[in-house]
Amino acid sequence: MKKILRTPETHPLTWWLNKHEDTVWIKEYIKKGGYLAFEKAVKTIHFKTIIDIIKNSGLKGRGGAGFSTGTKWSLMSQGKNSDIRYLLCNADEMEPGTYKDKFLMEKIPHQLIEGILISSLALQVSRSYIFLRYEYNKVEDILNKAIHEAKQYGYIGKNVLKSGFNFEIILHSGAGRYICGEETALINSLEGKRANPRFKPPFPASVGAWGKPTCVNNVETLSNVPFIILNGVEWYKNLSNSVDTGTKIMGFSGKVNNPGLWELPFGITAREILEDYAGGMSNGLQLKAWQPGGASTNFLTPEHIDLPMEFVSIQNAGSRLGTAIAMVVDNTINMVSLVRNIEEFFSRESCGLCTPCRDGLPWIVSILKSLEKKQGQIDDIDILEQLSYQLGPGKTFCAHAPGAIAPLKSAIKYFRSEFECCIKTSSTINVKFIDGIQ
Amino acid sequence: MLDDTFTLSNEEKRQILNKKDDYEDTRSISIEALKIVQKRRGWISKKAICEISKILRISESNLEEVATFYSQIFRKPVGRNVIRYCDSVVCYMYGCEDIKSILENELNIVIGETTKDLCFTLLPTCCLGNCDKAPTIMINDVTYSCLTPKSVVKLLELYK
Repeated sequence: MKKILRTPETHPLTWWLNKHEDTVWIKEYIKKGGYLAFEKAVKTIHFKTIIDIIKNSGLKGRGGAGFSTGTKWSLMSQGKNSDIRYLLCNADEMEPGTYKDKFLMEKIPHQLIEGILISSLALQVSRSYIFLRYEYNKVEDILNKAIHEAKQYGYIGKNVLKSGFNFEIILHSGAGRYICGEETALINSLEGKRANPRFKPPFPASVGAWGKPTCVNNVETLSNVPFIILNGVEWYKNLSNSVDTGTKIMGFSGKVNNPGLWELPFGITAREILEDYAGGMSNGLQLKAWQPGGASTNFLTPEHIDLPMEFVSIQNAGSRLGTAIAMVVDNTINMVSLVRNIEEFFSRESCGLCTPCRDGLPWIVSILKSLEKKQGQIDDIDILEQLSYQLGPGKTFCAHAPGAIAPLKSAIKYFRSEFECCIKTSSTINVKFIDGIQ
Repeated sequence: MLDDTFTLSNEEKRQILNKKDDYEDTRSISIEALKIVQKRRGWISKKAICEISKILRISESNLEEVATFYSQIFRKPVGRNVIRYCDSVVCYMYGCEDIKSILENELNIVIGETTKDLCFTLLPTCCLGNCDKAPTIMINDVTYSCLTPKSVVKLLELYK
């Protein structure tokens, strides 16, 4: 396995980690140059210039969608009615198999706070919320302490560093629902409502939390901001071997020898991560399939393992980079059962707002359960494919259902024979049972 | 489920109203208010909904729709120890279904139920973010990882 030498030049997000990987508190953070980027931004850079810098840096959202952060910022409404505006940090990390934001918040909370501070300056926001998932109770304590420290050191409060900038961060803990990760559902939840997604347009940049312009950014995205401001656009672009700029927290889990997370440049291949960092498959197991970035991404096969981890390459191969925290499926795993597990999760977490998602996902689970028991009907695979189409992009209210059916569709595409061998082969195969009467 | 004896304590009222300045309106406190009450009482009764809605000056139906939506708000009494069992994809590959079977057998309940002695409640949860140490469960506020059927049995003894 590769020995990792973390330097500020190669690992801007994680070089702060100390020897024992304990939380880096404010004294240590400042000693290593923390909050210098914020001081530079608040004292010397016009807020519009900060937006331009982030736009030019090519920073893309790290929550999964990969939209340009600077462009998102520049869409925030200006004008008289927009004097109150909000920045929401999306820390509702519930994608199965993903834990990068937890890692960043737990180990380097001040990097996120500094990122929020600079982003809030750029967006002219005076109050920001961190929307943290309920189960991250340890992270909640760490963030509360870090926010308190930042207040004590004068980075949060009134007239921050005598700049005239008034700012506060509120830590908001959720109550457990995967859909809160969707930006408009997150806003509804923050407002004390059911976390149902909202119609777009209007987009949150015009009408967001409490009807005010609102920007929702992921933890990792905001954590990138300080060192782009400190080191400049060209330096940031040169970190990467790809058209996607900067570094990314990537990882591999599943049955590998060394599951974990690493900060790596875009463009590194999945094979390099799997073999050099994750130590390869464990106990002689073979790689059967892998998901590049969370349970809502399409399965890829060993044929795709030499693909560079970047948005376009993974998309061209028929999947999504997502959170870039990949999962391997080994040769002992039955795809029908695995997909049933994934679909059960998405079915349970459907917010129920739109009928295709509310009724379609339990239907998929029901068919997969019968296939798992080798009691499938002859047309079950066709029905699964039809349902995949009916729950696909553009057919439902939000991205929950399209994300849910991605692993199903790709599993049928690559492992159809495993589904076919679950079809009942008895003579009753074409007989439909209605209330017990044949 | 009714709980006619419920009244909000002064401490609970203070904690709830303390959150007022954090948001633009009082409806936004509803989830936090439910969590404050649940922390002390274990669950949210119909009467609790009524009392909280009065203090927040929002309708009971608004609060009810929130209370029934989120998985971490309990609408019926739960055990002293709530076990949240992670059934997400990585834990699944590491045998979480065996862990579930052990839990169900040892406690003589199935997912979603509470033991008769009110010691344990068993619930599913989203990925707990410990995928590098799967399989994982959370008991109350503590996360336990790298579990085996043997270690789960030992773990339950600690909470009995």
